[in-house]
Amino acid sequence: MSNSDGLFYEKVNDAFPESIIEVVDFRGERTLVVEQAYLKDICLFLRDEEDLVCNFLEDIVADDMLPEFPRFAVNYHIYSIPKNHHIRLRVPVDDPDDGPDSVGTVWPVAYWLEMEVWDLMGITFKGNDKLRRLFLPEDWQGHPLRKDYPLGYEEVQFSFNWQAIDAKKPYAKD
Amino acid sequence: MGVEQKLGNMGVVTTRLEDLVNWGRTNSTWPMLFGLACCAIEMMSTQASHYDASRFGMELMRPSPRQADLMIVAGRVSRKMAPVLRRLYDQMSDPKWVIAMGDCASCGGIFNNYAIVQGVDEIVPVDVYVAGCPPRPEALLDGIMTLHEKVRGEKLQEWA
Amino acid sequence: MTVGMNLGMPGGDNIQELSVEELRAKYGSGLEIQSEENMLLSMGPQHPSTHGVLRLLLELDGETVVNLAPDIGFLHTGIEKNMESKTYTQALVMTDRMDYLAPMSNNFGYILAVEKLLGVEVTPRAEVIRVILGELTRILSHLVWLGTSALDVAAQSVFLYCFREREYILDIYEMVAGQRMMASYFRPGGLWRDVPEEFVPAIRNFLDFFPSRIDDYEALLKENPIFHKRTKGVGVISAEDAISMGLTGPSLRGSGVNWDIRKSIPYSGYENYDFEVPLGTEGDVYSRYLCRMKEMRQSLGIIKQALDRLPDGPVQIDDRKIVPPPRSELGRSMEAVIHHFKLWTEGFKAPKGYVFQRVESPKGEFACYLRGNDTSKPARVHFRTPSYVNLASLPIMAKGLFVADLVAIIGSIDIVLGEIDR
Repeated sequence: MSNSDGLFYEKVNDAFPESIIEVVDFRGERTLVVEQAYLKDICLFLRDEEDLVCNFLEDIVADDMLPEFPRFAVNYHIYSIPKNHHIRLRVPVDDPDDGPDSVGTVWPVAYWLEMEVWDLMGITFKGNDKLRRLFLPEDWQGHPLRKDYPLGYEEVQFSFNWQAIDAKKPYAKD
Repeated sequence: MGVEQKLGNMGVVTTRLEDLVNWGRTNSTWPMLFGLACCAIEMMSTQASHYDASRFGMELMRPSPRQADLMIVAGRVSRKMAPVLRRLYDQMSDPKWVIAMGDCASCGGIFNNYAIVQGVDEIVPVDVYVAGCPPRPEALLDGIMTLHEKVRGEKLQEWA
Repeated sequence: MTVGMNLGMPGGDNIQELSVEELRAKYGSGLEIQSEENMLLSMGPQHPSTHGVLRLLLELDGETVVNLAPDIGFLHTGIEKNMESKTYTQALVMTDRMDYLAPMSNNFGYILAVEKLLGVEVTPRAEVIRVILGELTRILSHLVWLGTSALDVAAQSVFLYCFREREYILDIYEMVAGQRMMASYFRPGGLWRDVPEEFVPAIRNFLDFFPSRIDDYEALLKENPIFHKRTKGVGVISAEDAISMGLTGPSLRGSGVNWDIRKSIPYSGYENYDFEVPLGTEGDVYSRYLCRMKEMRQSLGIIKQALDRLPDGPVQIDDRKIVPPPRSELGRSMEAVIHHFKLWTEGFKAPKGYVFQRVESPKGEFACYLRGNDTSKPARVHFRTPSYVNLASLPIMAKGLFVADLVAIIGSIDIVLGEIDR
């Protein structure tokens, strides 16, 4: 656990008293679970506060916890190169079409990372108008990393079912 | 020529036109410079100093499909890449051959999911499949020599 | 607007027949076109110097790049989704195939994340062997980078030299793991098995001859006037821009930012090694080249220190719930048979919770986000791959330069498409 974990909680709690839902400590990593509405302000605060100077956004990870509620969560891994400390912000998201604010104005790389989240998990970010299909073809339906999206597994050919599958397989011709 | 002076009278070789053409085709099969994934690195190794594919007349990797005879599909083919791959194949001029290099190109390999085409033979006709994940350069060379055998037995009419 | 037709445009449309609006919607890839006078050119996905199946949409004014947008996903493999349907050990093999130039670095990141989630510590011997192989992998990856990026700026012979030395490292891979590239040698709780006897002499031999080989590469490039012209002052990115665009690894350090995960958040005992982090000053292609070349020498130093302190002992932890029992126990102990059966059919269970493990891969910060949910399969795996994030700063570096410079820049940020698309 890094020494700054307490500092993060104190500072954020002082500035935005009602924003923190929960503090999770697991395997030496601290997570601040924060309200969706406060996210952008907290990010701006983390970047500009002189004791924190979190100038580096490492990653944005979306998570789908299907049976649970709220279903989605977005993790922001934030790092400070001058101070060498890091924190994870976790934002629960109920409705993927009404996602959190984009933090692209705080760290420009966020536009790029949010695109991946939208493409694969389908969570929108308010203020990011660059969201588009990145990994998948333009006309793809659905968002594959969601738990209710099938893996798209195709049956494996063994000797006993070779002919049955082979008959259906679309072989290419010249 | 000069070489006759050393060897004496070389005489005349008679052969069938078909054999001569196929002999020419096997010894100058130009592959297309086109790598997809991990197997492309082994394909580069095959071209590089240790394995040296120029022994088989294949040192010229052509980036343009118009100048290539052989497409080595080196790696997994995604759903987004599939139409591009087919288009590149269509742009190659006859005669043309395809080697599916590696498990992913042959049958989907370990990636049995929504994103990967389960075998490149769904898109282009494949002549030789090379197994391995990724195949060693020796395996690719073996696949190339298998293809050479096939080419030697071909009839001219097939490409006419 | 003129549209430059390139080979291998996705879809099958005749591009000349589409209007500009349709083109933008279909193939625009988020490119904000500055002027209707300019030419739109699609570079890739089949292009010899995009290092894979990257497609770049360029807006050109003559030969000058006005704007560009990367279009990726031609190698999208669904690795993150597929890993959710496999046990923790089975999912390991997928990590090799992301950054296929540095397979063991990916193993490293994923395995450390699994071990963090399980809360286990590996044995000292396994830790040191992991460091040795991790640094060898760094050299392996940098050799391919050096060869291919030199090819991009028309220095042909370097490629052949680099691949000669690469074969030696691949032989070491084969010696320890039985596979040339996709080793999957690091396992949860240690290593697959101990290294063979020949391992240490082979590495010592490598340490002996490799420094002179780096000198050879530098003799070919470092003072080469053509190479200077192609790389100096090209693709400059300032430290502030680099940080705000999330650039990591040698590309970031080329701009003079001293940040290396091995120093700032040490893992696997890196805090015990004495090494420097090479820094550049200019932030151009040449600085990044110098950084990587110095990094290879530093890696050799780390390997040497690790070999000197390589302790004896087991390479796997003694927890039979995570590590399978050795073959010799299976004939004598019923319990061992049960553990063996459970591990290879069901796998071990990981607790509820999420972890984020960072490692310094050859290309930058590689991180693995892992969420467990009391089952033997991961509930969510996500990789922060350096190539994907580094690609975001390509438009900043390339604006206002020639297309030929773009090729040099792509080579210098060292991207691998397998890692970008996953």
